[in-house]
Amino acid sequence: MIRYTLGRLTSLTVSLIVASLVIFAVIEVIPGDPAAFMLGVNARPDTIAALRAEMGLDQPLFQRYFAWVAGMLQGDFGTSWTYKTPVADLISARIWVSLPLAAYALILSTAIAFPAGIYAASRRGGAGDITIMGATQLGVAIPNFWFAMILVLIFAVNLRWFSAGGFPGWGNPALALKSLTLPAIALALPQAAILARVMRSSLLDMLGEDFIRTARAKGLTRRQALWRHAVRNALIPVLTILGLQFSFLLAGGIIIEQVFFLPGLGRLIFQSISARDLIVVESVVMLLVFLVIVVNFAVDLAYAAVDPRLRRR
Amino acid sequence: MHHFKRIIAATAIILCAPAAMAQDSITVAIQLEPPNLDPTSGAAQAIDSVLYANVFEGLTRFAADGAIVPALAERWAVSDDGLTYLFMLHDGVTFHDGTPMDAEDVKFSLDRARADDSTNAQKGLFAGISNVTVVDPLTVQITLDQPDGMFPFNMAWGDAVIVAPESIDNIASTPIGTGPFAFADWVQGDRIELVRNADYWGNPAALGSATFRFISDPTAAFAAVMAEDVDAFVGFPAPENLPQFQADPRFQVLIGNTEGETILAMNNQRPPFDNRLVRQAVAHAIDRQAIIDGAMFGLGTPIGTHFAPHHPDYLDMLGNSPHNPEKARALLAEAGFADGFTTTLKLPPPSYARRGGEIIASQLRAVGIQTEITNLEWAQWIEEVFTNKDFGLSIVSHTEPMDIGIYANPDYYFQYDNPSFQAVMTQLNATTDEGGRSALLKAAQRIIADDYVNGYLFELAVATVAKADIRGLWVNQPTAAVDLTAVRRAN
Repeated sequence: MIRYTLGRLTSLTVSLIVASLVIFAVIEVIPGDPAAFMLGVNARPDTIAALRAEMGLDQPLFQRYFAWVAGMLQGDFGTSWTYKTPVADLISARIWVSLPLAAYALILSTAIAFPAGIYAASRRGGAGDITIMGATQLGVAIPNFWFAMILVLIFAVNLRWFSAGGFPGWGNPALALKSLTLPAIALALPQAAILARVMRSSLLDMLGEDFIRTARAKGLTRRQALWRHAVRNALIPVLTILGLQFSFLLAGGIIIEQVFFLPGLGRLIFQSISARDLIVVESVVMLLVFLVIVVNFAVDLAYAAVDPRLRRR
Repeated sequence: MHHFKRIIAATAIILCAPAAMAQDSITVAIQLEPPNLDPTSGAAQAIDSVLYANVFEGLTRFAADGAIVPALAERWAVSDDGLTYLFMLHDGVTFHDGTPMDAEDVKFSLDRARADDSTNAQKGLFAGISNVTVVDPLTVQITLDQPDGMFPFNMAWGDAVIVAPESIDNIASTPIGTGPFAFADWVQGDRIELVRNADYWGNPAALGSATFRFISDPTAAFAAVMAEDVDAFVGFPAPENLPQFQADPRFQVLIGNTEGETILAMNNQRPPFDNRLVRQAVAHAIDRQAIIDGAMFGLGTPIGTHFAPHHPDYLDMLGNSPHNPEKARALLAEAGFADGFTTTLKLPPPSYARRGGEIIASQLRAVGIQTEITNLEWAQWIEEVFTNKDFGLSIVSHTEPMDIGIYANPDYYFQYDNPSFQAVMTQLNATTDEGGRSALLKAAQRIIADDYVNGYLFELAVATVAKADIRGLWVNQPTAAVDLTAVRRAN
């Protein structure tokens, strides 16, 4: 188990280093001088030069890369060029919108997908199975931003149950959760559809295995065999999808946060790109990469927990 | 089952959470969030939209009709040679942190804006100042290198507001000004809150507090207004939805002009646009109304020169370049381009450029001019078109007020170099009497229209959607601002 964990840790570190190089390089080759862009068309050349110096853009490339990485290792993400506040403060304010949103959506999608997938698998070929599979087909096909707009039109504009967007802050947790509900549903339903299909097909695979037949032969009912033996074994592919989905929920948040004008990391990236606040873009993208890699690391460890054979590899 | 009932009850409580707001508060949405809250550095219009006239004030200010009126200076006097301005300040003005505003603060603000390391985006406004002297706590004397009839106008810009040395360090996140509203809170990415300044020196604001929200997505903007999450949306981004609001008694729609002259810019130094006949042909090839209808959903006022049509000195030069494809083809033939030519059309992101560009390309094709369209991000546009002048045609809205002076700079990106125009501008700067200035401004408009420097398309409109009971919002945008000074609810 220790060797397995160490191996996973090494690959995590290498992925992070490669990611930091790629992010820095890609953002540096974006054309256009951020200083000239920020100051607009009436700026004088000496003003632009003064701002470039203030932003540290007059220093050599490799020096800026190492300063950036060294800063991040100490938790210092630099200072936003446009907001003029530390990037770490910007991130810490907004991560409390994006992470709860992703977690909320993940809980919703799991809560919908697991029962639906298990029910469909246990009633294979029946009316319930066909209905659920039809619904998931629809769920997979619908893009989440479109679904989000439909939710807003129905529940905010027509029924007026929810506000159309915005986030009141965690000062009032009930209101905060309420404002995250429509976005979380919009994010969760397409994911739940995928997850339910995977759960169903994985379970069906398991139900055909020898150990299920053995369990049935021992006298377990079909339902008992399903719950005691099949579900646990079917979880491995489902966990993989869950891990991938968490990254997808974080990334999907970029669009959903725009639709609901939520002050999360996605909106921060979006605004920073359009304002050419490259230091914020670099740092937030790096943070998202870090989160995704860590989640995948956790999924790898979870495999080992579910499947003891992996621990000895 | 009990659980189920409890969940329903809890949901009902959450759904009915008090949405009622005090009647003296307002929530205003604008498209972009200010990147920081310092109007004296950075060019972002959103900074002024939130803070101009609300939190920060200058010596002079723009009124709703674009006129220059006194603000912190209750009056001013100019010497006969036009070189010395005396600004007499209001007595008893304090900043929101309680410190008094006096002549030292004015000197500090102006010296800071024109310093060598200044990052003021409109540093040119202060370039003519040679000296700022404190005469007494309520009088400032400003000496200029050369006469500048525009000086009181320049001092009205958001980039020229008066700030205090005591609060300058944190101005980007905690702005301290002298205006009728004080800054209260900024939840970055979501909202900025202002509260009424109880100690305001002038007429106090009718509103007790104001919240600005930032919604750039057109669909989200529509939903936020329809759901009445916001009381007003200044600069509504989805013109296609305006008829729906106009038909709805809950809302009012205000359509006004900005200071944005939208032009088809031509590279006057690059062949074939160095030929006046070619530029005239382009001007006649353009059908302004088709562009306004097709790209702007009918919003926008046609212009025939580089000047805001709502300004009293505006000269109607539309008759100079009516849509006439036959004449355009004849002019091209006369210029030696009977078979037309191919050029580049570089477009920045706004919809007036992207949508307008397609329409203009087809109008130009009709007279034999082929265009290669390139879509650019703003930063790229500034580099390629504005700085390196690597373009044939471009479409851009010049949103700075009273910016006809850009035609006197031969290095400006469209590279118009006409000594007689430059002479008119020099004379304008030296003229301080209204009649003389008006005549010179009209002469300047006529010269650039007759030279067909650029294709003059339309004045950019601004649409404001507000709840029916809101009064006192600006209709026009003489400068980027959401001035809440006079805003109130009707009932």
